Amino acid sequence: MHNFVSQIWPSIVDGTTTGAIYALMALGYTLVYGVLRLINFAHSEVFMVGTFASLFTLHALHINYAPGGIEAIAVFAAITIAAMTASGLVAVGVEYVAYRPLRKRNSSSLANLISAIGMSFFLQEVFALRYGRDLIPFPRILQKNVLFHIGNAEVRSDMVLVVASALVMMFILDRFVNGTRLGRGIRAVAQDASTAVLMGVNIDRVITLTFLLGGVMAGVAAMLYGTFYEVTQYNIGFVIGIKGFTAAVLGGIGNIRGALVGGFALGLIETFGGAIFNAQWIDVVAFSVLVLVLLFRPTGILGESLQRARA
Amino acid sequence: MAISKMRKVALPSLLAAGGLIAAACGSSGSSGSTATTSAPAGVSIGFFGALTGPNAQLGINIDDGVKLAVQQYNANATVKVSLVNLDSQGDPSQAPQLAQKAISDKLVALVGPAFSGESLVADPILEQGQIVNVTPSATNPALATKGWKFWHRIVGNDNAQGPAGAEFIVKKLGDTKVAVIDDQSAYGQGIANIVRQTIPTLGGQVVTSQSVDPNTPDYSSTVNAIQSSGATAVYYGGYYDAAGRLLKQLRDAGYKGAFVSDDGSLDPKLISTAGSTESANTYATCACGDVSGTPAGAAFVKAYQSAFNTAPGTYSAEGYDAANVILAAIKAGNTTSTAINSYINSHSYTGITKTITFTSTGDIKGGGIYVYQTSGAGFKSLGLVSNLVG
Amino acid sequence: MAMTSNKLGQGISEAWVPVRKATAEVSSRWRRAPKWARLVVYLLIVVLAVLAPSQTVGNFMAPQSDWRTVLFYPIGSYILLALGLNVVVGLAGMLDLGYVAFFAIGGYAMAVLGVNYHWSFWEILPAGVAIAALSGVILGAPTLRLRGDYLAIVTLGFGEIIQRVANNLTVTGGPTGISGIPHPPSIGHFSFLTYGVLDPTPYYYLELLMIILVIFVSYRLENSRIGRGWVAIREDEDAAELMGVPTFAFKVWAFAIGASVGGLSGVVYAAKVIAITPENYPLLLSVLILVCVVLGGSGNRIGVILGAFLVAWLPERFRGLANYRILIFGAALVIMMIFRPGGILPAGRRRSELLEGRGGGQHLGGEFDLGQPGAEPEA
Repeated sequence: MHNFVSQIWPSIVDGTTTGAIYALMALGYTLVYGVLRLINFAHSEVFMVGTFASLFTLHALHINYAPGGIEAIAVFAAITIAAMTASGLVAVGVEYVAYRPLRKRNSSSLANLISAIGMSFFLQEVFALRYGRDLIPFPRILQKNVLFHIGNAEVRSDMVLVVASALVMMFILDRFVNGTRLGRGIRAVAQDASTAVLMGVNIDRVITLTFLLGGVMAGVAAMLYGTFYEVTQYNIGFVIGIKGFTAAVLGGIGNIRGALVGGFALGLIETFGGAIFNAQWIDVVAFSVLVLVLLFRPTGILGESLQRARA
Repeated sequence: MAISKMRKVALPSLLAAGGLIAAACGSSGSSGSTATTSAPAGVSIGFFGALTGPNAQLGINIDDGVKLAVQQYNANATVKVSLVNLDSQGDPSQAPQLAQKAISDKLVALVGPAFSGESLVADPILEQGQIVNVTPSATNPALATKGWKFWHRIVGNDNAQGPAGAEFIVKKLGDTKVAVIDDQSAYGQGIANIVRQTIPTLGGQVVTSQSVDPNTPDYSSTVNAIQSSGATAVYYGGYYDAAGRLLKQLRDAGYKGAFVSDDGSLDPKLISTAGSTESANTYATCACGDVSGTPAGAAFVKAYQSAFNTAPGTYSAEGYDAANVILAAIKAGNTTSTAINSYINSHSYTGITKTITFTSTGDIKGGGIYVYQTSGAGFKSLGLVSNLVG
Repeated sequence: MAMTSNKLGQGISEAWVPVRKATAEVSSRWRRAPKWARLVVYLLIVVLAVLAPSQTVGNFMAPQSDWRTVLFYPIGSYILLALGLNVVVGLAGMLDLGYVAFFAIGGYAMAVLGVNYHWSFWEILPAGVAIAALSGVILGAPTLRLRGDYLAIVTLGFGEIIQRVANNLTVTGGPTGISGIPHPPSIGHFSFLTYGVLDPTPYYYLELLMIILVIFVSYRLENSRIGRGWVAIREDEDAAELMGVPTFAFKVWAFAIGASVGGLSGVVYAAKVIAITPENYPLLLSVLILVCVVLGGSGNRIGVILGAFLVAWLPERFRGLANYRILIFGAALVIMMIFRPGGILPAGRRRSELLEGRGGGQHLGGEFDLGQPGAEPEA
């Protein structure tokens, strides 16, 4: 029991950190689901490509140390942009290759699912064949200094980076979707696609934009993952994808703020589940909580829908 | 790099398999008994293990060792030996058809199965089909308890490695508060459980016991549990990739104590994953000895390097020895699996890793456990655990 | 960009038209064929299946593996599993991503009851099926009120949990699993009824028998009140409810029936392989079985069998391509879904859609292709 008490603050800190990455991943699922009512199972590979993009950028810049000052900012800007670009492009590419032709033919959502699974296998194998199946380490580009304490928990610089960047990105996304013309297009399609088309919304452009936004968020998640965990692998997206999807459903799929809530909730459930029941039961605890939440709130914690009105 | 390596593996196996089918088709015309007696041309042995898929590296290491042994043997042999690869991808559900394939292809002996999981499925079939199988790496103790007569193992099992790891921590490092973590695999958990049982008998204490999911990126709850338990040493049962990530996250959280693992973690990738400063004070036990110290071992390392353009990996030397145990029997004129089996049961073989003598269960006699410490980007041997703890 | 894509898509679609027409012709003939003609085709398939385990066939079908073992697993087992999942996905229109759980439950029932309690195979078979069906009901009862996509994540979680639990409990042997699982008792002195270690053929025939049984039962079910209820639920659950279809009960039934077939397959598999570990039941297997169903033609039994056969057989046939198998498989799935979204043999009169399949995207597509059938406004 003493052990558990001493783990409370560390669990909160760690759960918040992993939760931030889950939340960024959840956004990709939620945006696409909100607009297309489709679970984008290839989103995990969008993330995976992002981790590789930031790693290769580091290799190209010959960064294998933790830079300081202006250089640090430049390096982080470079890998963030690389990861966002790569993930965004892959997300749009996946839509273009695996979803759009099906949409044009009015296919069932099952066909979309299988197409996504195929895309996911394909992308994983491309990277596995090209870069091997072993873990690939990142250089340490951020010194993991303890900045301050909360209770008995140490808060390190990398944790602050992860949580702060995730919150900033989600704030920007929320403003974009709720406050810009393009964002209004997304909300309009999510709310009522046929009316939106009648009102002159270019549906293909909205869908491309949605995938791009989800991909960019996954790219940020990938950059943060690379900085925080300092590894990648061809199948790295699989677990994180399932977690992100779970977080999206937990918070209310299709709901941007739900993704935020779901991500942090899942992160905390996992660390506390591990602290209370031992790490081997983490997934069992997480899914049991998910089922319980869905039983009492069938559309997740915050409910579905991309529009503020119904949030 | 990985691709070209894989190709190199796949192509000869394909050719070998093709040749084999041709041979099988040719002989199916005549009756089965004449085919076996009138086949002085050569015999086939196999390698059974993962050559593709996520766990392929260990299998490739072993297979390269086997290939080298067969090449060297064929260079001056009257009975030529061909090598067939049975690529299980490390997946137990593919093991039955490959074991069956070994039987229908009339292989006389196999190196492998490489993993314990696939061994449990494949070995009963190989036993019934009377195919000699010598595993260089499946270390689950249960395998020796099934009464299989054609099964052999040339490395010490987890029952030896577990206590050695525990002894090393408590007696050599002097750490009595130990956190024991495993990866929930048959291998990792098996060995960790033995460590858990042994530590109290040596006067130590298991202060926390955790199982982690090797596929998950985040071990923070495990790290917190270890930190709050006051452990001064961590034992990890499992493989290098998860071990590397756990070690890194432990060090990031400020853990300074020793990190001891098993032969699954004895891989330079542990260090590249965890980082070089994080890998200080880190050890791995292995039933495998450091071969480069002896002349025969150094010759093996050199030949391996020139054949495959890479240094021998974990269990490469054991794969080489396992193949040579079989090849020595063939060299002595035994070309049927029963003859090979009785030959290797009754003769010792001096390999590059150790002298190999089998007990009646098929396990190796003796089989000391070595301990390695991280050093630079690799591991250096500290010698036998039994010598260290005196 | 969108324009080119449309044109390209159209071009490809047009090139595909003759093929589509031909298959449509075949499937409509198949539907119009008299009952006896269809029975003859079924019998022919059975005869082929009975003759399959021969060395001559094997030399071509699986030159780098053991054909008779491959016939049992993966081919036979995948077919059985796909037929079971087809009841859930194809007939009732519910997306189950954790179907492997029932395969595992059947397997562990066989292993635990056989090894620890020394039950015989024929006693375990009904018990295993019952346990699997019961767990289907236990999983289904609280979750089947959820909508399609939520069901997907919950079933996915269930599949994971079952594997985890098997890995963590002592009764299931933890990660080492259970070995020494007994074989079915041999019947008489016939070689094809002698269940030993070496000859996989008797197990294959046993499995074939189960497959025929499952085909028969699911055929009868499909053309019963409950089968028509499933169609109604799949097409429009609210309307079905309104018309007096007990939707919830029927959905639980579909789940239980699917689960029991999964359990059946699991028992038969475990009775052959001697040892099982949690590694035998990865999430990937759930995905593969779903691929079998959709690739073959969700809701069409012959299609599903064909899909399962291909998914199980092709990787064994092309072992030489080992490293590229999954790459090619992935690409093939995307291409198949682009050109034949209904699968190789689409279910005839059915719009094989999931419950929520008519949301945004599919509906949007309808806006552009006004000629497409089934583009009615959203409810």
